[in-house]
Amino acid sequence: MAAIEIAGLARHYGERAALDGVSLDLDAGQTLAVLGPNGAGKSTLLRVLGTLLRPHRGTVRVLGRSLPEHAYAVRGRIGFVGHDALLYRELSGQENLLFYARLYGVGPERVRELIETVGLGPRAGDPVRTLSRGVVQRLAVCRAVLHRPELLLLDEPLAHLDPAALELVAPLIGPPTGCTRVLTSHDPARALEEADLVLALRGGRVILLDRPGILDAAGVRELYR
Amino acid sequence: MSAPGPTAAGPSTASVVFALLRKELRVELRTLESVPAMSLLAVTTFVLFHFGLNRGRVDGDLAAGVLWVTLLFASMLAINRLFVADLEQGGFDGFLLAPVSRSALLLAKAAALGVYLVALELVAVPAFALLLLGPSIGGALPGLVASLALADLGIAAVGTLVAALAVRTRARDLIGPLVALPLLIPVLLSGARLSAPLLAGGGPGPLAGRWLATLALYDLVFGLIAYAVFDFLLED
Repeated sequence: MAAIEIAGLARHYGERAALDGVSLDLDAGQTLAVLGPNGAGKSTLLRVLGTLLRPHRGTVRVLGRSLPEHAYAVRGRIGFVGHDALLYRELSGQENLLFYARLYGVGPERVRELIETVGLGPRAGDPVRTLSRGVVQRLAVCRAVLHRPELLLLDEPLAHLDPAALELVAPLIGPPTGCTRVLTSHDPARALEEADLVLALRGGRVILLDRPGILDAAGVRELYR
Repeated sequence: MSAPGPTAAGPSTASVVFALLRKELRVELRTLESVPAMSLLAVTTFVLFHFGLNRGRVDGDLAAGVLWVTLLFASMLAINRLFVADLEQGGFDGFLLAPVSRSALLLAKAAALGVYLVALELVAVPAFALLLLGPSIGGALPGLVASLALADLGIAAVGTLVAALAVRTRARDLIGPLVALPLLIPVLLSGARLSAPLLAGGGPGPLAGRWLATLALYDLVFGLIAYAVFDFLLED
């Protein structure tokens, strides 16, 4: 069953096309790696799939529901890690997670479990503004998976994480989750390792949609030109 | 991972409103961005009126006008800041990603703004009585509290709506007051007309039912308008 079905998707910011004619299908449980240089439209694609942006043209179905008409029905099934951590700086990490847990109808025990999983215990009570970017990113991952989403939209999810932190968050957003995943990364090699399908964008247009195996190092470099 | 996930029914709107309001008040308590600024502006304005009017004491129409104009201008500070933390720290997106009613945000923000207004009035009204008001405020208090409570509802509804409209614009500090103040003229008018007899020199007069009803009607109409259009303001 397809978890994501996109046909002829276009999205503009004023006159500029951020996405233009994007089409793809992704089966449930698969991972899509979205590659491309800065400004290619990767984040816009994730924001459309996350119901934060409306498509201006084309059709988008996520988890069997078309967007934006049925956005409400899929929001609780999506986990989103974006460029911003979506955390309030004056609140502690624990307070932020408890706040989001209430929005998703999740109990506090899940917050405690996640804090332990990502090794935040001693610093969970510190205001977010006092935490390093890596610790904030771990919190952002916790926020995204609080409600055990079926679809993970991961925009540079491993940014700012050291190797130890990478190991801690892997069980939450990595392949072991079994979730359908759409991820962008500044580490294409790693993204391709985990991907079942690779989408390359340039200027909002699809320049490659295929299995990752067809790309060698030179091919990857070419995508970022 | 054995802990339960989201409940089947999802969170109730009431619990979401409560969570949002608690977060809002917690952030304000830690940053003190709105209430202290509002209170300081109000007290400073009363001091300026004290010297600017070249009279130590005011009563009646003048007292009511000074009080209500000052409260309205002070409330603009909170209205302008109402969604700024959400916009700058990603709270907007965090909320929009959640499977909850958009109206919960309206209710929570309006309630938070209402709390800020009450806090402002707890400082501003005694300061007004001390610095400017001629007659004793004691006898006027019940009527004044009633008119302020009704006015606060209207300001909270209109203020939240305007704040949500203005926050995504580049000139939000200008757009907020430019849109909100004309919309709040009926509150100013009704509040001042209600308060003038209460603050009269010869002792407090009765509350004018007509102006109370006007304020209540204003609250109802703008409450419904805010409820009807708020979702669209949050949409992309």
